Amino acid sequence: MKKNISKKIYEIQKKIRIVEEKIASNYNQNRMRCPTHLSIGQESVAATSGLALSHNDISISYHRSHAHFLAKGGSSKKLFAELHGFDEGCSKGVGGSMHLIDLKNNFYGSTAIVSNSIPVGVGLAYSLKLAKKKNLVCIYIGDAAVEEGVFFESINFSVLKKLPVVFICENNFYSVYTHIKERQPKKRKIFKLASAIGATSHSFKQDNPFKLFQKFDELFKKIRKNPMTHFVEIETFRYLEHCGPNDDTSLGYRKLQEVKKWKKKDPLAFSRSYLTRNKILNKNQIEILDKKININVDKDFNFLSKLKKPKFKDIRKLVYKA
Amino acid sequence: MKTSYSQAINKALIEEMKRNKKLVCFGLGINDSLNFFGTTKGLEKKFGHDRVFETPTSENAMTGIGVGMSLNSNPCVMMHQRLDFFLLAMDQLVNSAAKWHFMFGGKKSVPITIRLVVGKGWGQGPTHSQSLQSWFSHIPGLKVVMPTFPKDAYNLLKKAIRDPNPVIFIEHRWLHNVEQETKKIKYKSTKYLPELISKGADFTAVSYSLSTIEMLSLKKMLNKNKVSFDLIDLKSIKPLNISIIKNSLKKTKKLLILDSISHPICSVGSEILSQLYREKNIKLIKPPILLTLPDVPTPTSTYYTKDFYIKKADIINNVSKLVGKKIKFVSNDSNLHDVPDSNFKGPF
Repeated sequence: MKKNISKKIYEIQKKIRIVEEKIASNYNQNRMRCPTHLSIGQESVAATSGLALSHNDISISYHRSHAHFLAKGGSSKKLFAELHGFDEGCSKGVGGSMHLIDLKNNFYGSTAIVSNSIPVGVGLAYSLKLAKKKNLVCIYIGDAAVEEGVFFESINFSVLKKLPVVFICENNFYSVYTHIKERQPKKRKIFKLASAIGATSHSFKQDNPFKLFQKFDELFKKIRKNPMTHFVEIETFRYLEHCGPNDDTSLGYRKLQEVKKWKKKDPLAFSRSYLTRNKILNKNQIEILDKKININVDKDFNFLSKLKKPKFKDIRKLVYKA
Repeated sequence: MKTSYSQAINKALIEEMKRNKKLVCFGLGINDSLNFFGTTKGLEKKFGHDRVFETPTSENAMTGIGVGMSLNSNPCVMMHQRLDFFLLAMDQLVNSAAKWHFMFGGKKSVPITIRLVVGKGWGQGPTHSQSLQSWFSHIPGLKVVMPTFPKDAYNLLKKAIRDPNPVIFIEHRWLHNVEQETKKIKYKSTKYLPELISKGADFTAVSYSLSTIEMLSLKKMLNKNKVSFDLIDLKSIKPLNISIIKNSLKKTKKLLILDSISHPICSVGSEILSQLYREKNIKLIKPPILLTLPDVPTPTSTYYTKDFYIKKADIINNVSKLVGKKIKFVSNDSNLHDVPDSNFKGPF
């Protein structure tokens, strides 16, 4: 793997982590007045798939989408502004954390109702097929999305029409506070369910982001060349609560040990040591890089203090396109 | 030359598919031998399977797929032979199609037209006959049109397809065979506005879709009884513009709303009454009359539907009350209340 790609993988992961931590540490100031689902712990999936997607590939996501938005090139400035409800936000503050968009980078949107964006992604892919474009649509979903009927309906159509779609299922085991074992049959893997419907299915691991990137890169190249519907399941873990900035082990639905186990194999920490181990960057260089990311994120966050409060009358006209 | 409602729709679809090479049509049954009540005849042959396709029986996903296509430069016409099946697609209609432009700060709109057919009679029953224009009208971001006549169906369908926003286009099954004398039918730029289609003096009648045909069918007989009325055909339920109704009421001061394919609570009729009640300059000299279906689901048996649907006699008795006049008429309500005409055979 090229050195600059390895560096980039670390950099995106780190940026997502810093942005999310910035949100978490400021959330209690009550200025971000919208439900916010943080991706801390899950960054490697977004970072590596986002990097493997080409500019003209499209992605679409669900409620926990900050990482996907950023990994596709979304601006942290616009993300922060969106969470704070400013007109300068990516959705003018109308959508909030669960409705992010960046058309310039072909991030077509994230939506809040579980599995709601799945058919929209498949429709985007149908248009790519009609226009004979050699790109793909990446649809990020969580483990609960496959429990909705529309998942089945959509993947069935996608397979039927041989659409260039990759479903990336981030299985973090919990739908809010309910474990997957209460929601899905014990021995049936999600990726096998997708395979039974007719998608080409894969199970990837997040622990080594460099390997994960290579797998995505190969897969996406294959789909662009030979349009087909693929499904990738990756087991991952969110470190914080379902919605909000806090640790939630006190709620008792998951054990501290489980959280610790996942934190121990943190993909970001792996990436960091991988860079030094392979002499891509030394410790000092990594610290400089981290500092640079921190400074930029701070700058993007501090920019909010200059923004004016938007007015309701200015968004009334947005209900319909003129 | 006469053009039927379904021919008018067919013509509009063919012309729009020609006009916009990116337009896509899909729905269950659009390419079968019955061609969706004749409205999709020839489409697949002319424009190919990629742009005109049958779908899996997946109403919710197909609506979302339509949203995705229309976001990515392919406006869509999606079709359902019965509105009731479309209820499976409420998430994609309400949370995606209606909201997209608003919730992403106006970045992209969803140019999708959704054709829904409403059934009546021949035992369509509780779940094959619901006309839910009131539901859809409640949602900011949607438009709802329900033309009555072939020319309006033609013009409004074209307008809906060219609209950058989602439009619900509701067709009553009993209108598909309605014919209108036309020379060469040609697109006339049109607005989502009601139209005064018949003039009179004694009262104002407001109706839409099949109700307008029902009201119109009483005109001759009422005129014979020296009763005349302004008849306003709404055509568009949302946006709803009531100025033409207000103008008429200034003259007649009496109002009858025939909302005969809707249940009473939060109906189109009750919305119009509510808006009028808040108007300063409207003074009615008799309480307004609103005729709707009862607050009961549609039964199947022909014996029950006879008293479920609004009969001509019901309308006439109410007109009589409104204008304070006895009206002579011969009732033919007893036969064939559950088909539009004697040629019509079920089940569709």
